[in-house]
Amino acid sequence: MKISEFFNKELIITNFDAISQDDVFDVLYKKLFENGYVKETYLEAVKKREKVFPTGLLLNKYNVAIPHTDPEHVIKPAIAVATLKKPVIFKNMANPLEDVLVNIIFMIALNESHSQVEMLQQLIQLIQDDSLLEKIIGEDGGDEIIEIIKNCTLNDETV
Amino acid sequence: MTRKTVIVACGTGIATSTVVAEKITEACKRENLHVNIIQCKVTEIKGYAENADLIVTTTILKDNFGKKSINALSLITGIGEEKVLEEIVNELKK
Repeated sequence: MKISEFFNKELIITNFDAISQDDVFDVLYKKLFENGYVKETYLEAVKKREKVFPTGLLLNKYNVAIPHTDPEHVIKPAIAVATLKKPVIFKNMANPLEDVLVNIIFMIALNESHSQVEMLQQLIQLIQDDSLLEKIIGEDGGDEIIEIIKNCTLNDETV
Repeated sequence: MTRKTVIVACGTGIATSTVVAEKITEACKRENLHVNIIQCKVTEIKGYAENADLIVTTTILKDNFGKKSINALSLITGIGEEKVLEEIVNELKK
């Protein structure tokens, strides 16, 4: 499945005014839960996991976080997105003691890994592309962000 | 030549480790290198470590169980990716 099939405008919030990473988790979880993608247990599971294994990624220009948790909390796979008015602090996946100021969050609801290999590969390609992230951050609407992702040339060959 | 076994682990064992395992598989294919890949959570490494030749993780690894270990977060961020992938392949060629 192509990555664009995992996005849904109901799961996107732009220019979100967050003070902490918990604000982002709460708002994205609410969207995932209300739209039937995750179980009620997902929120606590994501927060707990983030503390032990943080998901902040220090990139070239914009930093990204990819919070996610065990498949047992997920009903159907999806990617929820938040772009932020001001960056919030996440911890670095490489080093839980190091802060990363994150501009955009892709909260992933994954159920089983193998059917989602292609989606994960494309998500990683996407976060490595500064100009693509810049376009996403510059948009105000969920529809526009989905269009950007649909139209970008991510390599969709399965290996 | 005996097949080397590499453990690829991340926090949940399903997200970043999936991407890293695919990249290692692809790189080994290019080198005509046959390896066994075990994908798991960091907390599950202990159960597999005994038979492993190499441990690759995207998170900090507190205990490498006396095995060679390589951090592969650069395969996720793309920063320094080629070098780390080469280091992994070279280790599996030994």
